[in-house]
Amino acid sequence: MHPAFSVIFLTTLIGAGQGLFLALITGQVYSLANLLAPQDNVRFYAFGSVLALILLVAGLLASFFHLGHPERAWRSAARWRTSWLSREVIVLPLFMALVAAYGLIHYQGWTQPLFSIKGVVDIDASLIAGVLAALLAFALYVCTAMIYASLKFLQEWHSPLTVVNFTLFGLASGFTLAAAFSAWIGVDLVGFYGAWAVAFTLMAAVTRLASLYRNARIKHKSTLQTAIGMRHTTVRQKAQGFMGGAFNTREFFHGRGDGTLKLIRYVFVLLVFIVPVILLGVAWYIHSSWLPLLAFGAQYLGLLCERYFFFTEARHPQNLYYQSMY
Amino acid sequence: MTQLALVIDLNVCVGCHACVTSCKEWNTSGWAGPMSDFHPYDADPTGTFFNRVQTYEVGEFPNTETVHFPKSCLHCEEPPCVPVCPTGASYKREDNGVVLVDYDKCIGCKYCSWACPYGMRELDEKQKVMKKCTLCIDRITDQSLPETERKPACVLACPTSARLFGDVHDPDSEVSVAIREQGGYQLMPEWGTAPANHYLPRRKTRIRIHEDELVRADNPLDKEAIELPDEQGETLDDVAW
Ligand code: SF4
Ligand code: SF4
Repeated sequence: MHPAFSVIFLTTLIGAGQGLFLALITGQVYSLANLLAPQDNVRFYAFGSVLALILLVAGLLASFFHLGHPERAWRSAARWRTSWLSREVIVLPLFMALVAAYGLIHYQGWTQPLFSIKGVVDIDASLIAGVLAALLAFALYVCTAMIYASLKFLQEWHSPLTVVNFTLFGLASGFTLAAAFSAWIGVDLVGFYGAWAVAFTLMAAVTRLASLYRNARIKHKSTLQTAIGMRHTTVRQKAQGFMGGAFNTREFFHGRGDGTLKLIRYVFVLLVFIVPVILLGVAWYIHSSWLPLLAFGAQYLGLLCERYFFFTEARHPQNLYYQSMY
Repeated sequence: MTQLALVIDLNVCVGCHACVTSCKEWNTSGWAGPMSDFHPYDADPTGTFFNRVQTYEVGEFPNTETVHFPKSCLHCEEPPCVPVCPTGASYKREDNGVVLVDYDKCIGCKYCSWACPYGMRELDEKQKVMKKCTLCIDRITDQSLPETERKPACVLACPTSARLFGDVHDPDSEVSVAIREQGGYQLMPEWGTAPANHYLPRRKTRIRIHEDELVRADNPLDKEAIELPDEQGETLDDVAW
């Protein structure tokens, strides 16, 4: 498939935004359970939510560049019963609204307990909004990934690994960003978020390498023989029906050589999995305030390459009708 | 239920592209138009087409065959392109099974084109909406046309009658009979899309003639010449009825 930068930015930006929000609410739940020191409402939670929102809005903006008619985008909520794209379009704004509400509650300091469970756990408005938003964040990972994983004849994408990878990549980059954010504003949570970020990054490494392994050995169901229905081992295409390009040759081919793709693969493995883990480790050791930021930058750059590679990996069966493009 | 479809006879198609041009002519000026072109007279011409004819060579020289392969939306009975559309712009008509796009609803997200395994959908680069073969829906449903002209433009244009049009759910229709009796098949059956359009394969007509059918063993003209092993009376061939 041809990698569209609008979609690459959409999926990586909202993935990190969701992850950052999940990191915030994890921190809040931990402090509720007295496992972490409580953080400042405004400086940490409200600003953290704003940061997550910025990523989400940027992702949403990027997605508009993918549409031929962005002014009609509202229509895309119609078919949520059958279309994962429609579901994503519904869940994303809902999630954004809840993140905004969560940030606002913290900013205004409306965090007096509303009630408490068994007199031990105090439940406030921010926790309710936060937990709901966390559920939506996971739902959004599933929706985004299922857009790709549900297309059964794109065999490279049609796997549970796609959903797992999207989720773990989002969590890894979000928690890395949370570590960077904490380090930057001088909150003592770098170790906590950094440890989670490293854990998610390593898990993502396992599942992504598994999908690379799977895709390298995939056996495609469609062949030129089934595509045109000619039972012969030798079939050569002599004409594809047009001389210049067409939508079919632009949308479904990435047009990159094997060497370039190999390079992109090495770069993303290095930048997503190896560099951030090292940088976070060093940052934790020397108490650096900017190294985690560098770790996030490297990982995000790596994720852009990863998503680019994700698109080039998928070989659409329609390509069989355009043999000269191979 | 009716399921309109094309049946394309690869044994007959000569690859003249008459269907391609008549499709473009009819549809660019009709309901589905315009089908925009970009630098049509330049080095890299490109544009929207609903129908293309490709050519394949099957076999190793000298045992090769040229196969012309017209390619357009197959109006699948289980169209994977329809449920994925987030807006409902892509739909399959209940009354005749034609798969269509509502150009006023389409947001041009291209998701449906990813979901068609055959690559039969094309985004119109000018109108920025998804387009594909409509089976000339504005022709075949136009009651003001005489019955014989209520057919897709490509079917009417084909000089060799390689394209048949009709209801594949009616067992007695021309298309159903052709599929049944001439080995009609579907493209990429492995995906369960149940394409309504079928293709008729290349067919060879051969008769088997045995040697003794060409040479008469007991030709009376050769009677003297043939040394019969033993005395033999008249054979049945010599009897005048
Ligand atoms: S051929 Fe493609 S565009 Fe046409 S109905 Fe089937 S899946 Fe949809
Ligand atoms: S391009 Fe148009 S028809 Fe296709 S899925 Fe998007 S909105 Fe639906």
